[in-house]
Amino acid sequence: MTTIPGIIGAGLVVIGAGLGLGKIGGSAMDAIARQPEAAGKIQTAMIIIAALLEGVAFAALFAA
Amino acid sequence: MVLPGRIVKNTLTALFAVVPFISFANSANDTVTVHSEHAPVAVHADGTAHTTEEHAPVDEQAGRKAYIQHHLQDAYDFTFFSDSETGKHFGFPLPVVLIDNGLKVFSSAKFHHGEKAAEVDGNYYVLHHNKIYKTDAAGTLAYDEHHHPTNAMPLDFSITKNVVTMLITAIIMFVLFVGLAKSYTKGPIPTGMGRVLEPLILFIRDEVAVPNIGEKKYRRFMGYLLTVFFFILILNLIGLTPLGINVTGNIAITACLALFTYFVTQFSANKDYWKHIFWMPDVPVPMKIALIPIEILGTLTKPFALMIRLYANISAGHIVVMSLISLIFFFKNWIAGPSFFGLTLFISIIEVLVAFLQAFVFTMLSSLFIGMAVQDHHHEEDHDPHTEEEPIII
Repeated sequence: MTTIPGIIGAGLVVIGAGLGLGKIGGSAMDAIARQPEAAGKIQTAMIIIAALLEGVAFAALFAA
Repeated sequence: MVLPGRIVKNTLTALFAVVPFISFANSANDTVTVHSEHAPVAVHADGTAHTTEEHAPVDEQAGRKAYIQHHLQDAYDFTFFSDSETGKHFGFPLPVVLIDNGLKVFSSAKFHHGEKAAEVDGNYYVLHHNKIYKTDAAGTLAYDEHHHPTNAMPLDFSITKNVVTMLITAIIMFVLFVGLAKSYTKGPIPTGMGRVLEPLILFIRDEVAVPNIGEKKYRRFMGYLLTVFFFILILNLIGLTPLGINVTGNIAITACLALFTYFVTQFSANKDYWKHIFWMPDVPVPMKIALIPIEILGTLTKPFALMIRLYANISAGHIVVMSLISLIFFFKNWIAGPSFFGLTLFISIIEVLVAFLQAFVFTMLSSLFIGMAVQDHHHEEDHDPHTEEEPIII
């Protein structure tokens, strides 16, 4: 992990995860803004996708 | 003139807030010396306290990493804390159960924390990096070129720290839920701990099981989903306590949980599901043959992702918390101590959230996979490529 390629890889993983989560959060907010009644369902879906993305990010982080 | 009460209160509060930021001058023997490579030379002549202090700058980084590593791993005894200077450990040893031409049960105290070879019935066993090897009386280990011992390893069914924690969790769950079930005989509203459990159970049923598995079939799988959810939840929460028991951050345990989900999905899958894997409808025959191994692998990737997700989240959280705590001991001054303590507290609160979340996500994805396996797909009307479809204009 403390090798230079490892550190660069970890940084890239964090960038990827951050961008992905930002996009999910953004579209979730847009969807809730359009339809406030469905806020609960959208939130649940958002959390699931966030967890999946975090799983990928952590797996890559451990490999790096 | 009378001072208004709130000014007094505010100034006192401000003074209290400032106290952690007062920085006293570091005492001389606290500074970590930079030229530490020469420190270990000729140190053993002095007393033990001096030895540990001189060794501290050299080994501190490695010592911290070893400490964190030790926390993340399983152990053959229950060590609550140990005094590195005097070498005394406070805790109790756990039984070691080996199968090596017969069942051998002995206490792990015979290992003396990895220093001596344990002698049982004429066989000698040595504990090296948390693995038990069979050796001779002197405890020699033959290493290969990667520094891994090549001795024979007996089958290890020991009651280690993780096993004890899982058994305790099972007992906790049993007591809690049997109590909850019994309280329903007295009235429809539960009392005590049941008030926390009932909304969780209903949440799992209404938001996780029924939408994914369907109204008709969810009842069969509720037992498994509830068990998995509360098991992972309680184990995650136990891992956050200072007892230093890290169960769900152990890849073997998450692998077993993912395997359980895998078996539940495969053994309760219906014919549509297997047809989709082995003989995908409406696809030319050569492609069907090519798709078979890909689809079989596809069923394996999902539990694999479950395993990695839970393992990585929990152990990463533990590593972060322990690193922050070790930083308190690295910077030994008055500003860093409380601020790292506050940061650690904040991260620990996030870890509690992660504990709940990971248990929930595991359960949700398990129910999703079960739902996909169990669903009747009404395929007959979709897979007819010759019906003309009217274009849908959105």
